[in-house]
Amino acid sequence: MHRYVLGRLLGAIPTIFLIVTISFFLIRIAPGGPFDLERPLEAKVMENLNKIYHLNEPLWNQYLLYLKSVAQLDFGPSFYFRDFTINELFAQSLPISIQLGLSALCLALVAGGTMGVFAALRQNKTADYTVMAAATLGVTVPNFVVAPILTLILGVWLGWLPVGGWDGGKFVNVILPVVTLALPQIAVVARLTRGSMIEALRSNHVRTARAYGLTGFMVVVVHALRGAILPVVSYLGPAAAALLTGSVVIETIFGIPGIGRYFVQGALNRDYTLVMGTVVVVACFVILFNLIVDLLYALLDPRVRYD
Amino acid sequence: MSTQSKKPVLAISNLTVDFETATGTVNAVRGVDIHVNAGETVAIVGESGSGKSQAMMAAMGLLASNGHTGGEVIYEDRNILGLPVSKLNAVRGRKITMIFQEPMTSLDPLYTIGRQLAEPLVVHGGLSWKAARAKALDLLKLVNIPEPERKIKSYPYEMSGGQRQRVMIAMALANDPDVLIADEPTTALDVTTQAQILDLLADLQKRLGMSVIFITHDLGIVRRIADRVYVMKTGEVVESGETAAIFTRPAHPYTRMLLDAEPTGHKLPVPDSTPVLLEAQKVKVEFEFDTGFLQPKHILRAVDDISFSLRKGQTLGIVGESGSGKSTLGRAVLNLLPAGGRVVFKGRQISGLDRAAMRVLRKDMQLIFQDPFGSLSPRMTVGQVISEGLLVHEPALTARDRDARACQALEEVALDPAMRNRYPHEFSGGQRQRIAIARTMVLKPELVVLDEPTSALDRTIQKQVVELLRELQKAYGLTYLFISHDLAVVRAIADTVMVMQRGKVVEAGTVDAIFEAPKSDYTRELIGAAMLTQQQMMETA
Repeated sequence: MHRYVLGRLLGAIPTIFLIVTISFFLIRIAPGGPFDLERPLEAKVMENLNKIYHLNEPLWNQYLLYLKSVAQLDFGPSFYFRDFTINELFAQSLPISIQLGLSALCLALVAGGTMGVFAALRQNKTADYTVMAAATLGVTVPNFVVAPILTLILGVWLGWLPVGGWDGGKFVNVILPVVTLALPQIAVVARLTRGSMIEALRSNHVRTARAYGLTGFMVVVVHALRGAILPVVSYLGPAAAALLTGSVVIETIFGIPGIGRYFVQGALNRDYTLVMGTVVVVACFVILFNLIVDLLYALLDPRVRYD
Repeated sequence: MSTQSKKPVLAISNLTVDFETATGTVNAVRGVDIHVNAGETVAIVGESGSGKSQAMMAAMGLLASNGHTGGEVIYEDRNILGLPVSKLNAVRGRKITMIFQEPMTSLDPLYTIGRQLAEPLVVHGGLSWKAARAKALDLLKLVNIPEPERKIKSYPYEMSGGQRQRVMIAMALANDPDVLIADEPTTALDVTTQAQILDLLADLQKRLGMSVIFITHDLGIVRRIADRVYVMKTGEVVESGETAAIFTRPAHPYTRMLLDAEPTGHKLPVPDSTPVLLEAQKVKVEFEFDTGFLQPKHILRAVDDISFSLRKGQTLGIVGESGSGKSTLGRAVLNLLPAGGRVVFKGRQISGLDRAAMRVLRKDMQLIFQDPFGSLSPRMTVGQVISEGLLVHEPALTARDRDARACQALEEVALDPAMRNRYPHEFSGGQRQRIAIARTMVLKPELVVLDEPTSALDRTIQKQVVELLRELQKAYGLTYLFISHDLAVVRAIADTVMVMQRGKVVEAGTVDAIFEAPKSDYTRELIGAAMLTQQQMMETA
């Protein structure tokens, strides 16, 4: 098991290397540079800036320099937020994004899972159709539509919740962004759970559990759901990625100082190090989540072994 | 057995089961009366679709959600039919328990055997998990599971089918039940395992004294274990009575038909002067398994140095239990998987030929599979399925010719040619197997490898298919390689028999030699397990 985890982590290094390489050269293809303002800087200033940030050196050299610093976990200085390094920016914003993403993921699993099980137990009845219709709505309506509507109703008209801001992660500030971010994931999880749960409820070993007079909880949760949750677990990897990228929109709308905002700002301002840093951090999270998913899978299904 | 008490333990009266389907209501069970007395074994016999399983599922509240019930199921002076689940669970799994047909899937793959055995003990017996675990170990010992201390921590996938069925029996006995309902518990098992499970059940019943309701399609089993029999047909009990009476004086024509369904007949051996059609010399098939990085590969010899020769018009029956390598041998002979050794067909060596070279020969060497449900494409009409081979092997034929040949083939297998425009799902299992045979016969092959062609069919249908195969053999001088685990069928169709175990030939000879005077212990064991019942039947008759 330990060997497997170590192997997977080592195996992630070439993946990250590829991601760094491709995104490094991609962002450089984009026209313009970090110091191209509407009113051009003086030639001498520009020259000095380029020198400080090694932008005057050949691209190949810059790439090697960047690789070297990333290997030391130093993402370099920000080009746009002067006086800040990328590491400093992330130290503030990453915990916020993680809190936002994990809360949304948990909400999606609990709410989506419950709805899916509920629908499966009432298959082809009104409750089932209602849940599935809601799920379809949840997937199709984009979050930049949901966010303003929820803000308008709950924030502006009813005045129950603040319309934006993070305020150190206060509970009332968290509700709207987490719900908006989780909504499409709740829908997907509900659909997945319903499908596999219906199959599980029909399976022979669940029939055995019922024939042996086990309690409803044991039949539904212990025997049916544990097997039925496996496809949902597989989906957690892509879901984590979707939540991280989805937070770009949510953080912008609700004015949350998370890492997602930097994606947009970094790209617009040609803040090379900021974009690169965000890409690497997000990639690491996706890789990590896929590993967690596989380990979780082995934990749930004894037939899966990593020896 | 004879402890006839004043009133039955479980009494089912006027039970009906209806299923609402898209095409209307299906009356699966139409007013059935069944009772079982204390300590008695009652068998419910019938072919697939007779409603025997559904009647018991309904009694236990286990129907699919589109099923509706009517009538009464009386246990301890109370109608348990239609009780809310919470009340029903006081009886279900505690006083009335069930064993199912599918040992491979009836246990939850995600929990250990110990945990699953403990669950009903905790729920019904009020035991702590620790005490339940200890009791589970005793139960495993009771059903003779080897190494119970180790097995209690195993998962179902680590056990064989026979062992899983033993675990199910242990679970059924956990709370000292009054009635045990066994729904075809041995159907999915090998004959020798089947015999062991039946012995175990009989022994446990004698020791623990519960009543048993045994659902089966196998009259041999009924004769062996039941005190009384109910014969079911299309949702109704057509006959019931003491086992001996039913077997000696069957009143209903359907019962008589079931009793006559044992495949009969005998094939005369072909003279030694007939030319050899197929010769296999030292055929060997090995499968490699990775055991880990840099570890030596584990090699399984599925077929180990097997030689035989098959004369024109001969039928060689290959018998053995699952995993004996008999199907692999059949595929190796047809050059469908890489094999060592030499196979000569009509004087020409075919081992080592590539696909293109084999394709020409395929017309003469055909294969029929076990599963009539999975081996016909659901998206083609029966006519297309049958005539598809002609597209490859006789490309000169026009569409009209092919259609005519398909009609002819359907007539040969006693199906109405007008049905050729229907799709496979519209046919029953027996009809589908006839279609599979027609697909083979349309090419006019010389050698046909039949891989368990009758195993998925009811006994009466089996008998018809065996007779059909014999007629076709006579008419076209076909040569059969007949693979089966069913010794009764092999005895009726083959003239020579080869018994296989773990990839090796244990014994080979004519049908008479093998069945009348088996030499090896394994053959004797196989015949004993399968035929014991038949001999008993003959004794009583």
